[in-house]
Amino acid sequence: MTTTRFQELIAKNEAAHSRRRRITNAVMLTVTGLLTLLALIPLFWIIGYVIYRGGSTINLDFFTQLARPLGMAGGGVLFSIEGTAVLTVLACLFAIPPGVLAAFYVARNPNTPLGVALRFGTDVLAGVPSIVMGLFIYALVVVPAKHYSAWAGGLALAILMLPIIVRTTEEMLKLVPHTMREASLGLGAPEWKTSLSVMFPAALNGIITGFLLAIARSVGETAPLLFTALGNEQYDLGTIIGGGIKYHQSLSAIIGRIVNQPVDSLPLTLWKYSQQPYPERIDESWGVALVLMIFVLLIEILARLYVESRKRALQG
Amino acid sequence: MQTNIAISKNEAKSTTSSPKMGIKNLSVFYGKFRALAEINITVQSNKITAIIGPSGCGKSTLLRSFNRMNDLTASARMEGEIILDGENINTPGVDVVDVRRRVGMVFQRPNPFPKSIYDNVAFGPRLYGIRSKNDLNEIVEKSLRQSALWDEVKDKLHQSGLSLSGGQQQRLCIARALAVEPEVILMDEPASALDPISTLRIEELMHDLVKDYTIIIVTHNMQQAARVSDFTAMMMIDDQRAGRMIEFNETQIIFTNPKDKRTEDYVTGRFG
Repeated sequence: MTTTRFQELIAKNEAAHSRRRRITNAVMLTVTGLLTLLALIPLFWIIGYVIYRGGSTINLDFFTQLARPLGMAGGGVLFSIEGTAVLTVLACLFAIPPGVLAAFYVARNPNTPLGVALRFGTDVLAGVPSIVMGLFIYALVVVPAKHYSAWAGGLALAILMLPIIVRTTEEMLKLVPHTMREASLGLGAPEWKTSLSVMFPAALNGIITGFLLAIARSVGETAPLLFTALGNEQYDLGTIIGGGIKYHQSLSAIIGRIVNQPVDSLPLTLWKYSQQPYPERIDESWGVALVLMIFVLLIEILARLYVESRKRALQG
Repeated sequence: MQTNIAISKNEAKSTTSSPKMGIKNLSVFYGKFRALAEINITVQSNKITAIIGPSGCGKSTLLRSFNRMNDLTASARMEGEIILDGENINTPGVDVVDVRRRVGMVFQRPNPFPKSIYDNVAFGPRLYGIRSKNDLNEIVEKSLRQSALWDEVKDKLHQSGLSLSGGQQQRLCIARALAVEPEVILMDEPASALDPISTLRIEELMHDLVKDYTIIIVTHNMQQAARVSDFTAMMMIDDQRAGRMIEFNETQIIFTNPKDKRTEDYVTGRFG
């Protein structure tokens, strides 16, 4: 068997070539590995340090008690946890329905003037600093109402969530095969029915992931709440609801008392406590940081569990 | 009696068939571009009519004209008459929803809704206000039997339609279309995404369905057109890139003795 000139050249270079290749491979693998570790260091450092500092403050009281005056032992941040919950629910109520409807419109009519304006608007909104949202709601809601309130805070957070919800929902709707829509319209279904009972369920997993991204983002926001929700260390849903029932108040009166007064939220409490010159408050602010982190993690885990179970239900 | 046996299936049925749908001088435009030019075709009831031709010649556009599905494309415009039972349905006053109920559609890729098998089939009837559980049960069973899927799914009607195999999903989509009792069924390459065995089942199913329905099918598969259809329309693009129907006749003639040289070249596999 004769060898070609090319094969001879390969044979000659092989040893040196393969050694160089192996060395390059090893070097690159080490470099990428090290850089990955480097990128992970801040993540684990933050988590570790928050657990270390916050872990010692957290106990059952921390979740179930209101704040106590300085110098008194015990006390917790229940007011802040409840405030976060109320703000998040309000923000979802304000942001999800218009966000989803706008996404349906944009996905169906991307090239109409309104569609173009909506896309441009959401992109711009996504880039607006969150403190500006707070200022905007302050001027629009807080000043005319002459007081801070949970629902003003919810509105500010909703504006923050809106672009995330519109864009993710739109992207998810675009991923649904267009024949799915045509099959529904082909059976004689009107457009709204097609959107509601075919397109929406088909895209639901992705849409929910978008909601949770938006919620996770808003749960951690301080700036928009400074001008809107302000903070309220005496906020206590148990007292409001319990008192309301005891004195036979109407449902709307109870809801009014829940949303119409200033509330705290975890990042707001964290910020305020960390500004105070008292060691116990500083310690508590670490505790709040830990609780906030756990909350976000829980949202994330619940979302994943939900999406997985739905996927399994759909695929049989 | 001996002679009767020799008569082909097609001729035996021709006694009961009559013109069901027709297209007269139809042109379809996408913006300024003319995608279909001067199409004329008559579709016989209780027959399978195949539309064949190379890619991009407007087969699907033509098929989607029959139930005014082209209306859904914003830039599309249709000129000409589309006739269903003697009535032009390409006029503004016609109720498109009613047209689409009477002219159902099955798509290339199986596209069950992300709902249970039962809800997929019941989707259409519910749209028309049928709410009674008994009525719906009856319609779902009948439709699934007609699409030869009932025996495979009767014990798992409340599982997701997406849990079925590709071929089963396509038969589910056929059942979904049948549930609103259409008169005509449009099929856009209904088996092209399926394996040969599933394809065969769909073809057998078409043979059964044509007793009660009129079927129009677009196919890329020449053998399939030859196997299943009674009539065949051959399409091709002209030099302005507009799709034209170059020949329309009984399938047997199209495949054995076509009048147009291009048809002959295409069906014999010389190009396309």
